[in-house]
Amino acid sequence: MHHLVIDRWSRGSSSLHQRDPRAKLAALLVFLIALSTTPPAAQWAFAAYAVLLILAANRAQLPILGLAGRAALILPFSATFALLTWWSGDSLRALALAEKSFLSGVAALLLVGTTPLTGWTAALESWRVPRMLILVIQFVYRYLFVVAEQAQRMRWAAVCRGSQKESKTGGFRLAAGLIGVLFARSWQRADGIYHAMLSRGFRGRFVPAAPAPFRASDALFFSACLAGCLAIRILL
Amino acid sequence: MSRAIHIRGLRYQYPDGTQALNGIDFHLEAGESVALFGANGSGKTTFVLHLNGLLRGEGSIEICGMPLGDATLEQIRSKVGVVFQDSDEQLFMPTVLEDVAFGPLNLGLSPNDALTRARTVLKRVGMAHALERAPYHLSAGEKKRVAIAGVLAMDPEILVLDEPTTFLDPPTRRDLLTLLRSLPQAKVVVTHDANLARALTTRAVFFDQGRIAGEGDVIELIQRFHWEYS
Repeated sequence: MHHLVIDRWSRGSSSLHQRDPRAKLAALLVFLIALSTTPPAAQWAFAAYAVLLILAANRAQLPILGLAGRAALILPFSATFALLTWWSGDSLRALALAEKSFLSGVAALLLVGTTPLTGWTAALESWRVPRMLILVIQFVYRYLFVVAEQAQRMRWAAVCRGSQKESKTGGFRLAAGLIGVLFARSWQRADGIYHAMLSRGFRGRFVPAAPAPFRASDALFFSACLAGCLAIRILL
Repeated sequence: MSRAIHIRGLRYQYPDGTQALNGIDFHLEAGESVALFGANGSGKTTFVLHLNGLLRGEGSIEICGMPLGDATLEQIRSKVGVVFQDSDEQLFMPTVLEDVAFGPLNLGLSPNDALTRARTVLKRVGMAHALERAPYHLSAGEKKRVAIAGVLAMDPEILVLDEPTTFLDPPTRRDLLTLLRSLPQAKVVVTHDANLARALTTRAVFFDQGRIAGEGDVIELIQRFHWEYS
């Protein structure tokens, strides 16, 4: 499952993994601002942003193709808007739209792939992001695993009873039934997990087991990211 | 001996109208172990979810002399450790060590103290080798041990074990039983396993349709309600 892989990635020990989550989050924000304000005609800038991300992924010892593949999941959504833009006659803007969304996806994955969930949500909390929003992020992330696991079990059960032999119409009917049951079961399972969390004193906040102090190397890392993004944005 | 649990007239109705508990009177002495028997749907699990305030019904509940209420909920949850039937529901952090440290961190221990306590209890349950492993990659027996460690890390006075031997093979059951017998806490054990009840508890309570239908010596109760299939 995708988020399992990302969980494993986030447990690495590269120099990027060791940077303070607040520094990485700030760097991501700077990158996203620079990227989103880059004009569509500056195609060399997009190439430079991609190189920057490849260097970072290399430094973090994360598989570049794995990152790109996961970030590509966002493309069907942005491609819809890119196509509409293309039809309206602005092909360069359409291309830039797809590039921006893809590169944003890779950058966000780099953050979550080098920072455990509790780390980057603690960074959000230190930025005074509303607690409720952080809780929603944490629970969605945790329950994705629950839902994916339930879906996989149900799919196996269906395959064991010959669901692959079903006609297309039957397949849709089966999928609709599975989704309904999946929702009910996942709700039940998530409720059980929440009970277990409450039983162990959960008070609406995940406490990080290893809070790291913000060091000079973290400030240096952020400054380097800032300089790199500004240089690309202004010079290319 | 002081009473670890004292419950009078506990009633609970689920939102769909099902009357799950219908006037339960129950007590547990400090250090005592009691088995809860009863058919599926008889109210055993609903009952134990009341012991640390996960469900709130009518009636009075006292844990270690404290009445269960909003003001005491936090303290009571640190005194009553619940080990759920399905360990997968209890293990939700990315690594075994973080999962076991989850409770102590919530209790307000410093990260260093929480991790030290987590390592100590993991050693005690024989899982010191798995600190950095992902909980969902462990075997059923290992998951159960980590789930128990997660509860023990909160230093509870009462252990509530909901079907602790479900999904476990006989050797793993035997090992788990040895572990549970070595723990000094008072225990409430929800089980269908008569052998486990005989080995772990001296007293039993039989639930039937949300009421207590019988109570007494565990062996006598097993015979009275024919609670063995062989």
